[in-house]
Amino acid sequence: MRAVQALLSRELRLALRAKTDWLMPPFFLLVVVTLFGLGGKAHDPALSVYAPAILWVASLLAALLTLERLFRPDYEDGTLEQLCLAPGPLYALVLAKFIAHWLLTGLPLVMLAAPLAVGLGLSGTAVPTLVAGLALGTPCLSALGGFVAALTVGLPRTGLLLPVLVLPLIVPVVIFGAGAVRAAQEGLDAQAPLYFLAAILVLSLSLVPGVASAALRNAFD
Amino acid sequence: MWTWFHRLASPPFFFRLAERWAPWLGVAALVLLAWGWIGGLVFAPPDYQQKDAFRIIYVHVPAAAVSLSLYTLMALAGAVAVIWRMKLAECVLVATAPVGASMTVVALVTGMLWGKPMWGTYWVWDARLTSELVLLFLYLGVIGLYRAFDDPRAGARACALLAIVGVVNVPIVKYSVEWWNSLHQGSTIMKLGKPSIALEMAIPLYAAVAGTLLFCGYAILRRVQNELLWRERGTQWVRELRVGEPGR
Amino acid sequence: MTRLLIQALCIRRGDRVLVPTLDLAVTSGELLHVRGANGSGKTTLLEMLAGLRPAEGIRREPEDMPLHWIGHRNALASHLSPIENLQFWCGVNGVDAAGVVPALERMRLPPAARRRPVRMLSAGQKRRSALARLLLVQRPLWLLDEPLDGLDRDGIAILGELLSAHVRAGGLVVMTSHQALPANLPSVREIELARGMM
Repeated sequence: MRAVQALLSRELRLALRAKTDWLMPPFFLLVVVTLFGLGGKAHDPALSVYAPAILWVASLLAALLTLERLFRPDYEDGTLEQLCLAPGPLYALVLAKFIAHWLLTGLPLVMLAAPLAVGLGLSGTAVPTLVAGLALGTPCLSALGGFVAALTVGLPRTGLLLPVLVLPLIVPVVIFGAGAVRAAQEGLDAQAPLYFLAAILVLSLSLVPGVASAALRNAFD
Repeated sequence: MWTWFHRLASPPFFFRLAERWAPWLGVAALVLLAWGWIGGLVFAPPDYQQKDAFRIIYVHVPAAAVSLSLYTLMALAGAVAVIWRMKLAECVLVATAPVGASMTVVALVTGMLWGKPMWGTYWVWDARLTSELVLLFLYLGVIGLYRAFDDPRAGARACALLAIVGVVNVPIVKYSVEWWNSLHQGSTIMKLGKPSIALEMAIPLYAAVAGTLLFCGYAILRRVQNELLWRERGTQWVRELRVGEPGR
Repeated sequence: MTRLLIQALCIRRGDRVLVPTLDLAVTSGELLHVRGANGSGKTTLLEMLAGLRPAEGIRREPEDMPLHWIGHRNALASHLSPIENLQFWCGVNGVDAAGVVPALERMRLPPAARRRPVRMLSAGQKRRSALARLLLVQRPLWLLDEPLDGLDRDGIAILGELLSAHVRAGGLVVMTSHQALPANLPSVREIELARGMM
């Protein structure tokens, strides 16, 4: 537990020192949403129809931006070796990395989503569903994306590989997340997809750290 | 049982076993495919609704069925590779990915061709086509990941982990896409009791499925052999194999 | 009796066999200096000994012998100061962080450098900070990959003192180095890794 705490506070401290790293995702989200607004017609009602998809996809891409940097600096400076050799279980440390990633990228996106959704013309009743969905979905992204980042950490270049590997894994999250908002917009029951998101979240938080730590150990081969 | 399992895991033993079995598999696949395709494309009666367009199921259904089972096979091989660090399982995993990916492509393309007369468009975002597309991405991910690694062992192990996560993901994707949208016809062949497909149509279909399965088995065996030869190129048994070659 | 036994160990990188089989025993109070040309498998051997790489044929007695691993990379985050880095290491390893400043003092890292971000330190200062881990907690087995890298004469002398104290107290050291080891080390044994050695 102390190890998890130490890792978390280190990650947050590192983020404070390199502000651009965690300011980028929310800024990216802002830019994408603005461009969508400007790219369409002025006062286009269709924009609100696509608002859930736009917000979800933009937050996804924004979270993807930072994934590459999740384990790579630690791999390059040798910290990962020390983490692998630490006495505690590695999956707890991996989970701490995921939590840190979510705090730094997922949480700001969740907080930004409500004002942006209103800007895109999303009806007031659907906004809580959107925020709830993002709050449940972005941690899944951090976990699944973090797993892929762990898989590719030993590679010299990942470039295209990271998104290609992440996208199929997060399809269900996007479908349930955006679907919940759509259901809420149409006055349907939005609880079922949110429960599914919660189930996926539980599954990814319990299973993925173990697999990801195996992937990290594999990076030394 | 266990000793046999251990012997199977030894590369030279498996190589020779595959050398003996692969031709038979190939012949059996050819026979079954010929039976299924000729029977299905020529002799089976046209569908009362879909006319001759339905005949594409003799390619589409086997490819779709096999594409999913191959992914499961890949994940199983991956689990063995991760847990027991077995070289043979790594080779099976790596050999299966391109075969499975090709089958997925075949299923997608034939599905789209079928979709044109049926739904009037090549692509609909229906549950099964969409999950097949996601499956293709998963396969491509495995292939791309393996190629990105210099060291085949580390690459295969990374792919194994990805395949394991993917196999958990596939049913979730399937379910989510179904929830999201269902447009496709219901499953036609796997219903027990009363099949909703005429027997003259069904038997060639089963033959085609079995034939495709055997063909994939053949292709995978041969690919595993290649992979083994490449991985073990420095070892004694591969050298002996080359001594036995004619012209050497 | 603490020992490190290496029996019929095959050192390989990927599919390339570097050393087909290696037999070796390091007993308590011994320092093993692994030598060899670049690419002869020294680092790989150390990583195997540390358990970073899967290997068959390595036995530690006792089984759960704690070890210090100082790789050729310093494991210091460049945006954090040496003190912050070592405090983090203490947290992850469940060690009391009160020893951090004395350890850096012992490594003779100037007080100003202790609080500066690591990226502004010289190579030798970084190495000293990394090696300070050896002082944070007592562990019988030290695995050091090129520890002398970047150290000045003073730094080498400090490391020499640490090594002799550790070996005299019954510790085990396995290290690689291209340079000559610090003078007056007790019970040093050298092995040379070479391609195809038996």
